Amino acid sequence: MKPFSAHRGLVAPMERVNVDTDQIIPKQFLKRIERTGFGQFLFYDWRFGADGKKNSDFVLDQQRYQGASILVAGKNFGCGSSREHAVWALTDFGFRAVISSSFADIFANNSTKNGFLTVRLSDDEVSEIMRRASEIEGYQITVDLQQSEVSDDRGFRAKFYLDEFVRHCLLNGLDDIGLTLQHEAEIAAYEARHTHAPGLSSL
Amino acid sequence: MAEHRTLFEKMWGAHLVAEPAGRSPILYIDLHLVHEVTSPQAFDGLRAAGRKVRQTARTVATVDHNVPTEPRGTPITDAIAAKQIEALQKNCKEFGVRLFDMDSPDQGIVHVIGPELGLTQPGMTIVCGDSHTSTHGAFGSLAFGIGTSEVEHVLATQCLAQQKPKTMKIEVRGKLAQGVGAKDLALGIIGQIGTDGATGHVIEYAGEAVRGLSMEARMTLCNMSIEAGARAGMIAPDETTFAYVKGRRFAPQGREWENAVDSWNKLPTDEGARFDKTVEIDAAQLSPFVTWGTNPGMVAPVTGRVPEMGSLNGSDRSATELALQYMGLEPGKRIEEIGIDRVFIGSCTNSRIEDLRAAAQVARGHRVSPKVRAMVVPGSQAIKRAAEQEGLHRIFLDAGFEWRESGCSMCLGMNPDILQPGERCASTSNRNFEGRQGRGGRTHLVSPMMAAAAAIAGHFTDVRNWKFQ
Repeated sequence: MKPFSAHRGLVAPMERVNVDTDQIIPKQFLKRIERTGFGQFLFYDWRFGADGKKNSDFVLDQQRYQGASILVAGKNFGCGSSREHAVWALTDFGFRAVISSSFADIFANNSTKNGFLTVRLSDDEVSEIMRRASEIEGYQITVDLQQSEVSDDRGFRAKFYLDEFVRHCLLNGLDDIGLTLQHEAEIAAYEARHTHAPGLSSL
Repeated sequence: MAEHRTLFEKMWGAHLVAEPAGRSPILYIDLHLVHEVTSPQAFDGLRAAGRKVRQTARTVATVDHNVPTEPRGTPITDAIAAKQIEALQKNCKEFGVRLFDMDSPDQGIVHVIGPELGLTQPGMTIVCGDSHTSTHGAFGSLAFGIGTSEVEHVLATQCLAQQKPKTMKIEVRGKLAQGVGAKDLALGIIGQIGTDGATGHVIEYAGEAVRGLSMEARMTLCNMSIEAGARAGMIAPDETTFAYVKGRRFAPQGREWENAVDSWNKLPTDEGARFDKTVEIDAAQLSPFVTWGTNPGMVAPVTGRVPEMGSLNGSDRSATELALQYMGLEPGKRIEEIGIDRVFIGSCTNSRIEDLRAAAQVARGHRVSPKVRAMVVPGSQAIKRAAEQEGLHRIFLDAGFEWRESGCSMCLGMNPDILQPGERCASTSNRNFEGRQGRGGRTHLVSPMMAAAAAIAGHFTDVRNWKFQ
């Protein structure tokens, strides 16, 4: 996994609440068997008309947000389907982090496995970043995981909290399968105590 | 350890493999269900790292999301879907995982066949690369959806590193009225607490109304937990649970069964145990519900109306405006005046035999409205056979419903069963997100009885006033 230390980038505001993973990556693109190449389908039904033509009003296709790498959105971002393809689409498109006042659990979990940061701030802080990103051309912020802090060069500064272990894995780009396998002895001991769940031995 | 523990706390404690300092606890997974959409990249990861599936006896796969519901044997015309199904077949063979394939008499939606085969049992930790894994919590198991990286993690280690969720009790007092079912209860709860009302929490459903539910109804309720944002939903096992599990193919037998029931009887939440949050629901206040918007929390009683804008402000207002625009509805419109084009009875929420019986009871002796196309998609091959044995398929076919093969079908439209732009559908599935059932499609979530009644009336109608024949 790619480590995440600090990132400074252009902010794109998405003024919607409850952005679900069906919107982030619609189902017709889930049939690919690779982890790559999903960026072109990000927010497909919002970005493209039924005729396949780009809808230039959509925030990510406005000239001023080209190259945005930080998304700021309304509460409950990533709700719905467990599809990790949503995170793959965001990262493949070029995003490194998303800021919101809340995230759905599975989406947040999936993000941490892909070096993608979910930054949780208060409603007021999210609104303020949203406002600045809409009003200030070329608005950039820095997301610093080392300091657990979001800041811009106009005096905005906010702390965020991420589980210590998750933060440690992200900072160091750790493969958590490898970490779990360090506990091979304990897993084997557990399995020896619970030989098989009732019935499953006959599988 | 505290004296008084919840069902969840007992399950969590019993499955802890290790609690490394400064890291997430490592939890053992008893059963891992696998399907074609969220697994190919996980198997690729195993291959790349030279890893094996640690416990093939605890790993079970089926194909459900992509499979066409035309008669089996019809070729899959979608080349990419066919490739994904082939990938699962190849992966299961290579890694030694049991697969209930397209031609298996046991094929079905992963959350339908787990319980049906007796794989799902009380006291188990169960995961699947699918958010509706919460369904299995109906048995008093801890069951939750995971992403593909975690699928790979479980395949390789049979464990997951997890932060401990909080607990929430939803106490449903009183009894559900005639015509008001588990789906209405689920929609009523989500309408009250919101689609993020249970984020970070594991819900335990309790109370008289929950105790009175059948296993299939409990599965419907737990299935929708994720739509309230919950990590999982659970119901303590009881005699209803044991009666359902007993005798199923992979259920414990003989002495093992007796031992299992003894241990399952210790699972229910202790008197006096504390929850991080408690919500109370009065069952008697619930009526049949219909969603009007683009998430399951946007819901109204069938006798009610689409919201008026005047009462809303801030982000609620803009979300409602966007939803009504997408749904093609005016504020204040009466729910019963909303006409429909399509009906879908199926999905891991509502495709079990009791759901089909309830819908058939409404459909019997009636005709589907000439302007409506309605389909019934049983959750599994076993349900399809059982329904045909009871003659339910006759009732549906005589009424003008299509009777299809099993799979996820139009719940998410990964197979050819999709809505056309602008089509309005009464659906027994779980998500009314934009484009969920097909780009531009408009989904209204309802119970199986309400869906059948809407098919016949051509618009939503209160099933409590239905003329049964």
